[in-house]
Amino acid sequence: MNSNNIRPLGPVVIDIENITKNYVMGEEVVHALRGVTLKIHRNEYIAIMGPSGSGKSTLMNMLGCLDTPTSGRYEFNGKSVAEMDDDELAAVRNREIGFVFQTFNLLPRSTSLRNVELPLIYAGIAPERRVERATQVLTDVGLGDRVHHKPNELSGGQRQRVAIARALVNGPSIILADEPTGNLDSKTGEEIMALLEDLYQHGNTIILVTHERDIAAHARRTVHLRDGLIEMDHAGFIPELDLAIESIPARSI
Amino acid sequence: MKRFLYELSESWKIAAAQMRSNLTRSTLTALGVIIGIIAVTLMGTAVNGISIGFDKSMAVLGDDVLYVTQWPWKPVDDWWNYRDRKKIKTEYAETLNRMIAATPNSNLVIAVPTSNLMRSIKYGGNQVNNVFVLGTTSDFIVTSTIDCTNGRFFNELESRGGANVVMIGFDVADALFPSENPIDKSVLINGQLFKVVGVNTRQGTFLGLFSWDSMVAMPLAAFNKYFSAKSDSDVRVKVKDKTRLADAKDELTGLMRRVRGLPPEKKDDFSINEQQAFKSTLDPVKNSIAIAGLFITGLSLFVGAIGIMNITFVSVKERTKEIGTRKALGARRRTILLQFLIESTALCLLGGFIGLVFAYLMCFGIGKAFPSFPIHFSVDLVFLSMIVSILTGLFSGFAPAWTASRLDPVTALRYE
Repeated sequence: MNSNNIRPLGPVVIDIENITKNYVMGEEVVHALRGVTLKIHRNEYIAIMGPSGSGKSTLMNMLGCLDTPTSGRYEFNGKSVAEMDDDELAAVRNREIGFVFQTFNLLPRSTSLRNVELPLIYAGIAPERRVERATQVLTDVGLGDRVHHKPNELSGGQRQRVAIARALVNGPSIILADEPTGNLDSKTGEEIMALLEDLYQHGNTIILVTHERDIAAHARRTVHLRDGLIEMDHAGFIPELDLAIESIPARSI
Repeated sequence: MKRFLYELSESWKIAAAQMRSNLTRSTLTALGVIIGIIAVTLMGTAVNGISIGFDKSMAVLGDDVLYVTQWPWKPVDDWWNYRDRKKIKTEYAETLNRMIAATPNSNLVIAVPTSNLMRSIKYGGNQVNNVFVLGTTSDFIVTSTIDCTNGRFFNELESRGGANVVMIGFDVADALFPSENPIDKSVLINGQLFKVVGVNTRQGTFLGLFSWDSMVAMPLAAFNKYFSAKSDSDVRVKVKDKTRLADAKDELTGLMRRVRGLPPEKKDDFSINEQQAFKSTLDPVKNSIAIAGLFITGLSLFVGAIGIMNITFVSVKERTKEIGTRKALGARRRTILLQFLIESTALCLLGGFIGLVFAYLMCFGIGKAFPSFPIHFSVDLVFLSMIVSILTGLFSGFAPAWTASRLDPVTALRYE
């Protein structure tokens, strides 16, 4: 299904070259990324796959500007991220990246509207404009009638929709979804994937981090990570190939 | 700037929501601040009251009057140098007045002699002991805060003639005439009858300091006739312009040296005092009471602040994941810092406000029950305790808020 409707690529959004990330755990240095090079264009729909311990989460944190690499080059929209300070990183996360988490990460005591408003507050948008924009985006994801509901009054799928609306609200360059269906049943998961597909068709750039093949199969490009390196990077999802790669056990580091 | 305002209002909303959802916890924590603010505010009203009492007592002396006395109004180490000084005579007042009249542009207005001693006063079966009996002239009224609402001060005629008339203080009148009007009644002092012409209005006493309430005043001529024996005398001189007190003092020193006939090489054998000198002796006492009191009550506020700090740390810990989410959505360090600072400040401000209301009610109650108790509630105190509450909030919230703002977003997001 996904080999159809491939949208033409836009300019490069993410350009990383040979980045590494080391963590010091006690006496030991963990090499989470050992030199990853990757270019992601606007209008791409890319899945990053890999078993746990492959460096998948580290790469996602790096792409999401939550963390900076130990070495290597990272340019986001042509701007070098490696040298940004905390506040500059916060600004990039606010305006350029929309996060969708596995656990939704909504503020439990705030309504859908307040949750979606949050990135707009941090961007310094005026109150009336915020409500207008947040309501619009909530309506776009199909929650026009759930604006004043709190997360505990919503189903899992609706919660994830609120989270997606929150990710979209500042019109980011990329949407970074980390196991977006991990906490949902398969039917609801499919609905969320349909929403992401819809967003892709409307010109959004989507980066999907997952270890589930069914989910990765929605993307137009698949990147396999293993032991902190890119093992394979190819267009589409080739069931035989991708299944084979994913079934190789991780090397113990 | 605009963004800062939005973040600020957002932080207030979060703080309010947080307090609402953790009502018990917030109330208990705020209780520490409430008690602290009550303690500090009540101490503040007491310090205020003491200060006002001092000033009232000082006002009796007058801030535009110089006192010519044998002893200075301050502690002296070389008392033997003062002991042998000649006494101040009441006659000096007349000489001084002539000199003042002869001086063009004198900064002095008038000199008034006073003599005093302690005596008992009787009326009917009532007696008051140790009353401050003052002999002076009718000019005394210009140098003092005497205010007769009932009757009058004795007049010039009575003053010159040495008539047996007295003006009595409020407490004396109250003790001698519990149910009568004292005017035109005759009281017995030292075996002599004196007619009461006036009662001074109540001035209130404070910490046993001097007050007109427990004195009587009579013409100097009458005073000298009956009790000249062992009285102390001094001369009071009213100053024209109290902003030029030092000049007036110099002028009076010169006049007094002439009165005493001192050659230039001799030192002054008299002292010239003013309210200020007395004040500077008492002020350190007043200030140490204030500092000690506020320090001790401040400790209870400090305990309250620690409670707030503790609860804010708990709040940060509980919401680590939320902090991570906020950071992922673009909250900067400053935003997070502000959020938790405002949370602790809001709690302190609320506690401070409640404490202030309680303190006010307590003051009101104490004031009604014991009118003589020196407490004084003021608007300044309201602002002061609100500022203290805010500072307490900032102080106690800073460490946890700083910790929160420095959290690594990746670690915070992974926190369960």
